[in-house]
Amino acid sequence: MTEFLQQAINALSLGSIYALIALGYTMVYGIIKLINFAHGEIYMIGAFVGYWTMSVFHLGVFEAILAAMIVCTVLGVLIERVAYRPLRRSTRLASLITAIGMSLLLQYTMMYFVGADPRAYPALPDYMNASFSLGGVVVKSQQLVIIGISVLLMILLQFVVKTTKMGKAMRAVSQDPEAAQLMGISVDRTISFTFAIGSALAGAAGVLVGIYYNSINPLMGIMPGLKAFVAAVFGGIGIIPGALIGAFVIGGAETAVSALGYSLFRDGVVFAILIAILIVKPTGLLGKNVREKV
Amino acid sequence: MGAVRNILRWLVPLGLAYGIVLALIQVGVINNYLFATMMTICINIILATSLNLVVGFTGQLALGHAGFMAIGAYTCAIITMRVDGIVGFVLGVLAGAVLAAVVGFLIGLPVLRLRGDYLAIATLGMAEIIRVFINNMGITNGAAGLSGIPRHVDWNWMFFFLALTLVFLWHYIRSAHGRRAIAVREDEIAAEAIGIDTTRVKVQTFTIAAFFAGIGGGLYASYFYVLQPSQFGFLKSIDILVIVVLGGLGSMSGSIIAAIVLAVLSTFLAQFTDLRMIIYSLLLVLIMIFRPGGIMGSREVSLGILGKVFGERKDPAAMVAPPIVKQDDEEVPSDEEVK
Repeated sequence: MTEFLQQAINALSLGSIYALIALGYTMVYGIIKLINFAHGEIYMIGAFVGYWTMSVFHLGVFEAILAAMIVCTVLGVLIERVAYRPLRRSTRLASLITAIGMSLLLQYTMMYFVGADPRAYPALPDYMNASFSLGGVVVKSQQLVIIGISVLLMILLQFVVKTTKMGKAMRAVSQDPEAAQLMGISVDRTISFTFAIGSALAGAAGVLVGIYYNSINPLMGIMPGLKAFVAAVFGGIGIIPGALIGAFVIGGAETAVSALGYSLFRDGVVFAILIAILIVKPTGLLGKNVREKV
Repeated sequence: MGAVRNILRWLVPLGLAYGIVLALIQVGVINNYLFATMMTICINIILATSLNLVVGFTGQLALGHAGFMAIGAYTCAIITMRVDGIVGFVLGVLAGAVLAAVVGFLIGLPVLRLRGDYLAIATLGMAEIIRVFINNMGITNGAAGLSGIPRHVDWNWMFFFLALTLVFLWHYIRSAHGRRAIAVREDEIAAEAIGIDTTRVKVQTFTIAAFFAGIGGGLYASYFYVLQPSQFGFLKSIDILVIVVLGGLGSMSGSIIAAIVLAVLSTFLAQFTDLRMIIYSLLLVLIMIFRPGGIMGSREVSLGILGKVFGERKDPAAMVAPPIVKQDDEEVPSDEEVK
């Protein structure tokens, strides 16, 4: 039981990191139907920005997260403006290839400047390294920070999407861009805003991963990026609560497989779950089956 | 007469390519480095044209071609390391291709019911699963991979398998099966309404593509004699897809041209090791922004000379395909080009 609770805590921390990345994927997909492969790289850059804030400017963890979020927001909006906007009217495949190209570009540009070797994250303040035990379950305070920040950001996101005017515009554009435009919503600005929010969350996730795994490198975005996307698809892509459920399921499955001693099969299990759910429910867990009109 | 002409359409260019390269090898113009590049091009052509059958001609976005390639490569490697001589090699390549096709069939059956991006991510996941298995099996030697695979591929074998792939696909696309595939690409609902079993068409093309990817993988294993699971990751699938998209969806000659162009480009970029991937990805983005239909669109290179020699017959390739990429600057083949 203790073992189970212990793993549950681990799963929760991993799941909340995936959730932060998955939210960006799912929002962007919901609004322009594009798998933004560069999202994983935005998260990687967030991790590096956090690293520099802490090691070069000697600022704290929360400042690092804030800095990463700001830089990633700018980057996300810039990528959308430069690479995706010109392609909005062309085929899905062309945009997809562009996204992949952007992802490679960011990876290798980063590698050119910082080298391919993994780096250790700067030492954390003591309160982050503390751990305490609750009835035999060891909880690290950094895990609490990760879960806390993730939950906070998700609540913030929910608030933005559900109650603000911009959130309303986002939902309108994702339902029907043309109708939204006719209602006086600036589609371009709404899409930029979506990229901004998604990228900010990814930036925060980057720093949290740096803290959690204590190692960052320019190629770190590929696998978590793919898995977060899997999480988004699992829950029904474009649906925000779906992404959360998916992220925790994926995080849980991964932790469970590792705990059972099959950590080499971890990635395989994640994708097997994805294929299984898609076969049973092709639009994801919460997705609605939209009838195709002729 | 039509059949003969159709055969000549591929026989002449293939024969010419074979003869020219053979002559160059005899004269000694092609050194080892050039030869290795050429082998890579040939393998990439096999992989890209087979993927084009799924993505370009059937319109199903599959991101897992590297998985089938890995199955072919490992099967071929394992067999050639145990069965000596050319028999082992041929057996290995064929067994790899058949195994890849079987896996493709089994995976395709459920997965191909998905559409668009869901299919893409499911096939991507499938390729990752294949890689994870290879990574953890004893016979594949896990993450360390296999090395010392006997090298049997020479220009003759390579050309034989390349020609086999191209000729098969060429005729397949022009057969009733191919027309059905194109119908599914153009409008799945309409295709279904006129009685095409769309799932069957998709699974069929997917299986065939997996088969040829298996052949490509086998040749890769035999020529490069070292295999590691990490070679067949997500990036490899993307590499192949990039060739297909760059060449033009639904254009076999486009895939061939793109495979050659990219190989030349990467040879040229090899002198800027650090910047190579940056330039490559930048070009990718720029090409997609300024020419999203790829080099060829969905047209084929037609040999003008042949057309004149063998009279005026409509090119079946041009009849087949209004471009899948509907954009304003895309030229629809005019009558002059068609003749």
